[in-house]
Amino acid sequence: MIIVKNLDKYFGKEKVLNNISLEINKGDIFALVGHSGAGKSTLLRCINGLENYGIGTLKVFDKEIKELKKDELREFRKNVGMIFQHFSLMQRKTVYENIALPMQLWKYDKKEIDKKVMELLELVGLSNKKDSYPSQLSGGQKQRVAIARALTLDPKILLSDEATSALDPNTTASILELLKKINEKLGITIVIVTHEMDVVKSIAQKAILLEHGNIIGSGYIEDLFLQPDEKMKKFLGEEEVVPETGINIRLHFPKEIAQYSIVTHMARTLNIDFNIVWGKLEKINTHVIGSLVINIEEKDEENVTEYLNEKNMRWEKA
Amino acid sequence: MFEKILLPAIGETLYMSLTATFLAVLLGFIPAIMLILSDEDGLKPNAKLYRSLDVVINTLRSFPFIILMIILFPVTKMIIGKSIGTTAAIVPLTIGAAPFIARLIESALKEVDKGVVEAAKSFGASNFQIIFKVMIVEALPGIISTITLTLITVVGFSAMAGAVGGGGLGDVAIKYGYYRFQTDVMIYTVMALIVLVQFFQSLGDYIYKITKK
Ligand SMILES: Nc1ncnc2c1ncn2[C@@H]1O[C@H](COP(=O)(O)OP(=O)(O)O)[C@@H](O)[C@H]1O
Ligand SMILES: [Mg+2]
Repeated sequence: MIIVKNLDKYFGKEKVLNNISLEINKGDIFALVGHSGAGKSTLLRCINGLENYGIGTLKVFDKEIKELKKDELREFRKNVGMIFQHFSLMQRKTVYENIALPMQLWKYDKKEIDKKVMELLELVGLSNKKDSYPSQLSGGQKQRVAIARALTLDPKILLSDEATSALDPNTTASILELLKKINEKLGITIVIVTHEMDVVKSIAQKAILLEHGNIIGSGYIEDLFLQPDEKMKKFLGEEEVVPETGINIRLHFPKEIAQYSIVTHMARTLNIDFNIVWGKLEKINTHVIGSLVINIEEKDEENVTEYLNEKNMRWEKA
Repeated sequence: MFEKILLPAIGETLYMSLTATFLAVLLGFIPAIMLILSDEDGLKPNAKLYRSLDVVINTLRSFPFIILMIILFPVTKMIIGKSIGTTAAIVPLTIGAAPFIARLIESALKEVDKGVVEAAKSFGASNFQIIFKVMIVEALPGIISTITLTLITVVGFSAMAGAVGGGGLGDVAIKYGYYRFQTDVMIYTVMALIVLVQFFQSLGDYIYKITKK
């Protein structure tokens, strides 16, 4: 649905995106993750043509965005809704009027507008606030209005630029819940930009990590968090401290392996002792993944690895 | 005295300043929008256009009003048919106020949240729609303040125009209060001006409050 190949982007002489390639499929919730200034927003804005790019290709629905003429681009943007960190609502219009605006500008029929706005108010749970002004709403409610506005033209893609970064954790969770619902119920592909790992973990299926305009990691969320490589670990800011003696083995527990009884089972079966020296559980979407580092004596290495292979465990020396 | 001198003078002052402000708003809106469009982070950046407009506006604004009026005598004569009188005074008042208004409307429009403009672009609004359906709507309270401020300034200028034959309260103040030493008339005209300014300011504030949500 969205295909980016070898995309470069400069602001003046400063290169802010370097050789970006990625593919986002229909129905994905795809995250662009990175620290502030990494180029996430710039990349996102290239997708709906708010920002142009010089080199490389960026195709949405098989159309090269940079080749669209002005009116074609406006027409194209009907298919791509967008929400923002600071909501970007019109202060002088009511909730209803804000949501109705895109359809009014595109000259939809009044009845049709009314039907759609009411429907969307229902979806985002703000039917009772339709005549309020944005200044009378909480941050979470404002973002709900912005989400409703972004959905009025029946987009196939929703772009979200740090949509929860100005909200408290509980409100963040409820907005993410809403986005998930929109993804599932309406089948809308969602691309989210965020610097918050918790957001990525709770909603996205796939992600790319951006650093200084470079992709330093990409793939399914589980893999990214389950087997983080050096860059990813550094990015997450975690360095595990493990013993220098003996042998450290890191075990990965993907979602299929429900319980950790395998560790105690191994101890009993092989009749060995070992230390658990590091561990982490992570809730990703609806399931839990984790990793554990055990420290074994050198003499047990062969038995342990054999056992792990037999059980089809994912492991590596740490 | 009140009915014969003061009342017609108030009428003339109102006529001059309201008409001139109205025309100046119409005239000032166009360059204001051009400035906003051509600004470097505007919708259609154009450094050359921006700078030329900037120079013209600054030049016009730096003329003292009384000088502007004299310079404009021939132009006024061309448009109105004479260079002196209440109606004639409207020409320099308008031309004096228009660049003032342009600048103030420009800054009111600049205050509009960039994010809102961005959002409008994201759902496919045209530049025309962004200006008229989004920016001007959002900036309306600021624009109202601008018009109030201009109207009050124009009332002051119109008194000056009165002094050189434009009629109105300024004319009365000079004719009766200054040349004929009728201090009471002088005081009444000043009081009339104060009440007028106060009234416009209150009205402007009231409309501002209604539009500001
Ligand atoms: N309009 C712009 N003009 C010049 N530089 C910009 C502009 N927008 C962003 N940048 C620069 O591009 C880089 C990436 O910015 P951005 O995409 O906003 O990062 P992120 O969203 O990841 O925080 C930053 O170094 C930023 O300073
Ligand atoms: Mg950003």
